[in-house]
Amino acid sequence: MRAVNLPTVPRHLHPGAWWLWALGLAAAASRTENPAPLLLVVAVTALVVAGRRTDAPWAASYPAFLRLAVLVIVVRVVLQALLSKDSQGPTVLVTLPQVPLPSGSGLQLGGQITAEAVLGALYQGLQFATILVCVGAANALGSARRLLRSVPGALYEVGVSCVIALTFAPQLVTDARRVREAHRLRGHRQRGLRAWARLAMPVLEGALDRSVELAAAMDSRGYGRTTNAAAVSRRLTAGLVLGGLLGVCIGTYGLLDGTAAAWLGLPTLAGGAALAVAGIGVGGRRTRRSRYRPDPWALPEWLVAGCGLLAAVAVFVQMHRDPASLVLASVTELPPVPLLAVVGILIGALPVVLAPPPPTPAADPAVDPARIEVAA
Amino acid sequence: MIELDAVTVRYADATAAVLREVDLTIPEGELALVIGHTGSGKSTLLRTVNGLVPHFSGGTLTGTVRVAGRDTREHRPRDLADVVGFVGQDPLAGFVTDSVEDELAYGMESLGLPGDVMRRRVEETLDLLGLAGLRHRPLADLSAGQQQRVAIGSVLTTHPRVLVLDEPTSALDPLAAEEVLATLQRLVHDLGLTVLLAEHRLERVVQYADRVVQVADGRVSAGPPEEVLADSPVAPPVVELGRLAGWRPLPLSVRDARRRAGALRERLADRTPDGGGAAEGAEPTATAAPTADAADAASSEPVATVADLVVRYGRLVALRGVSLDLRPGEVVALMGRNGAGKSTLLRTLVGLRRPDAGQVRVAGQPPAELPPGRLLHHVGLVPQVPADLLYAATAADECANADADGHAAPGTTWDTFRRLSPGVPADRHPRDLSEGQRLTLALAVVLAARPPVLLLDEPTRGLDYTAKRRLVQMLRDLAGQGHAVLLATHDVELVAEVAGRVVMLADGEVVTDAPTVEAVVSSPAFAPQVAKVLAPLRWLTPGAVAAALAAADGATAVGR
Repeated sequence: MRAVNLPTVPRHLHPGAWWLWALGLAAAASRTENPAPLLLVVAVTALVVAGRRTDAPWAASYPAFLRLAVLVIVVRVVLQALLSKDSQGPTVLVTLPQVPLPSGSGLQLGGQITAEAVLGALYQGLQFATILVCVGAANALGSARRLLRSVPGALYEVGVSCVIALTFAPQLVTDARRVREAHRLRGHRQRGLRAWARLAMPVLEGALDRSVELAAAMDSRGYGRTTNAAAVSRRLTAGLVLGGLLGVCIGTYGLLDGTAAAWLGLPTLAGGAALAVAGIGVGGRRTRRSRYRPDPWALPEWLVAGCGLLAAVAVFVQMHRDPASLVLASVTELPPVPLLAVVGILIGALPVVLAPPPPTPAADPAVDPARIEVAA
Repeated sequence: MIELDAVTVRYADATAAVLREVDLTIPEGELALVIGHTGSGKSTLLRTVNGLVPHFSGGTLTGTVRVAGRDTREHRPRDLADVVGFVGQDPLAGFVTDSVEDELAYGMESLGLPGDVMRRRVEETLDLLGLAGLRHRPLADLSAGQQQRVAIGSVLTTHPRVLVLDEPTSALDPLAAEEVLATLQRLVHDLGLTVLLAEHRLERVVQYADRVVQVADGRVSAGPPEEVLADSPVAPPVVELGRLAGWRPLPLSVRDARRRAGALRERLADRTPDGGGAAEGAEPTATAAPTADAADAASSEPVATVADLVVRYGRLVALRGVSLDLRPGEVVALMGRNGAGKSTLLRTLVGLRRPDAGQVRVAGQPPAELPPGRLLHHVGLVPQVPADLLYAATAADECANADADGHAAPGTTWDTFRRLSPGVPADRHPRDLSEGQRLTLALAVVLAARPPVLLLDEPTRGLDYTAKRRLVQMLRDLAGQGHAVLLATHDVELVAEVAGRVVMLADGEVVTDAPTVEAVVSSPAFAPQVAKVLAPLRWLTPGAVAAALAAADGATAVGR
């Protein structure tokens, strides 16, 4: 077997595989409000991230997403509890003083808070939080930057813009901090609108200077040299890709929304996808850029992406067979355990052994003096 | 290899041409050094070579520029990417990707080279520039010298025949600069590359140059380094020493000068630098303080003290147990590698960073506790990027704001600024000032509150010799008025000119705290050129030597 196909030889898995895997799990989470499978999805992502993450800075983003998820749940529960209507359920937990709101709004602030309202909000918040955690896992395992390296040639310019934006955003933050400190040196307190205006000027000027500098550097290094872009071919590409994406969006909506007409579903999705692929193909022909060490897509990539897909399929099938196990009839009862969905989600944990371990850096990443400067 | 024929460049909104009727030919395999004042048109000259002027910058170019037979009239910068490698002033700003290996490959990807060729060239370049250990590292984590080498490597992979560099060593400490220059030297010698580079710090580069191109007011003259420097207004200390001693041809490197310096050393052997002209000299026994009375400085109360200071960033210890006193009227240089903790120490002294252990006192109080409005009356910092301090739309507004912030009489700051940089129109936008003028504006702004302690972080970055000379005078005057000045710098020649005491940091600890003469003369990296030439004598600057010679033999010795 070739080295790239062995899950035991350390290498970076194609980031696309991680994103597909995570999207599969997120799709699974999107079909249920039952806390049992949702918590299982979170546990699975945590397990895989712990087993296969690298030392790269973005790999530390998973805990940040976890915290964000908790925040989402808290906000959801608090809002639901405060802004609930009367008809939430019979089990009153506590009664708050009520603030009258205009009757037309259908809202009320305060009043009775019921266990049903809180639990329902908790489960719905948990669903959204789980999807967030899936995105966090994808981000931690497959760097968004690495993913952008793999975009097709037709989308190359878009990819470059994204990479530059990713570099500029942290740079802006660093600049803003530096300028704010400089203002402190001039004896200003950093409050109020005027302080912001004073801050924005140097930061934006700096960013502008840097963009011009970067554009000059890219031009000097041959950016755009191999594109012989005839206007017709460029417009054709743009038209095909945009039309295709529109088709994909409508098709997806048709698929997910059970009440939509049948032709809105699969046919539109397939047509849109075909259009987009054609556009990317046409666009890819006009640029003759080559790619340095492209990430391979081999057996482990198929397996990892497949695990995510299986998890989604299992939950969808369960939904078809036994909707009551996934959409709870009553939130106060103990949630049932949907067997098929649980098995599917557990399959989603297999990448922890199927994906090759990330390579450890050869040299000791010893404390680098530059870090002090950066930190400073 | 590079031919400019009657080239005139005029930018759209400018009244005068930046370059006028420039004729210049640089043959293959030469290292040509471009010198000239800030704003003299050096960068424009460099950018005409790969077509950035006028294709990218706008403006009009008349005449012809040909590189390796290609006319920039028909070839855009991107069409010249396989012939000319261009490295801008700030390597970080020119990086397109985020890791070393990808950055090296980027140019080749743009040219559409096949995968196996790219793979081979990346490996070769990693070895050539000594970057192999860094191949997977994020670019932002590299030191400044490493970044500069990656920037050079990233244009080398397309196998250009010409390399154009704009101030490649100005942000580097002496050792990192030597690393980069050694790399360039190797490229010229081994690969036959033609190199065109601009640099203010002549003392670092001129010895490697085959030809010096001088740009002044849009006119360009070129010739062998010895001839151009013989009457150039800008010259490194070793050349000034050569002029003083009347050596012909002029020495360009410390080695050349040392071989001829026997007679000069004998003439100076029985003299000590007594501070005539240049004020820094001092016998090892005396406390060296530049302009203020030495005994006075030693006895007076320190205005700022640092005791056993520890600052950490996570598990990384930036400063461990640093102690330091600053007294009124002394100029102290803070030196050390990039990342040795210099900036951190300055930041702690102005209260931007709280100490993790130990004490910092400015005017008897911890600076981090003082409200900003009071702090600026005790300590002022001119940051590494002086423009950070400036936000008004004109220089005059900036000064008016500073008067208000510092409770100074209206017009004070403007007067200070005019004294330091005469002739700047009041309505000029701070961004449109030259590096030197921006620095003096920031300095004037900081001085508005008359802080007894003045800190400067890398003040000579991007300054030409004239601006540097003015800065030296300024710092001496400030010390004379009783300010305590602490400057973090890599510029050994500046230290030799102005500092009375040197504090050397390494790995977060003070390794030397001694009068300048003692601290730098024996150091291989931090000794100024004159000290290297005249060692074991303790002379630091051409000015001190000139004064001594003048006193000794009258006009005859100097004139010969």
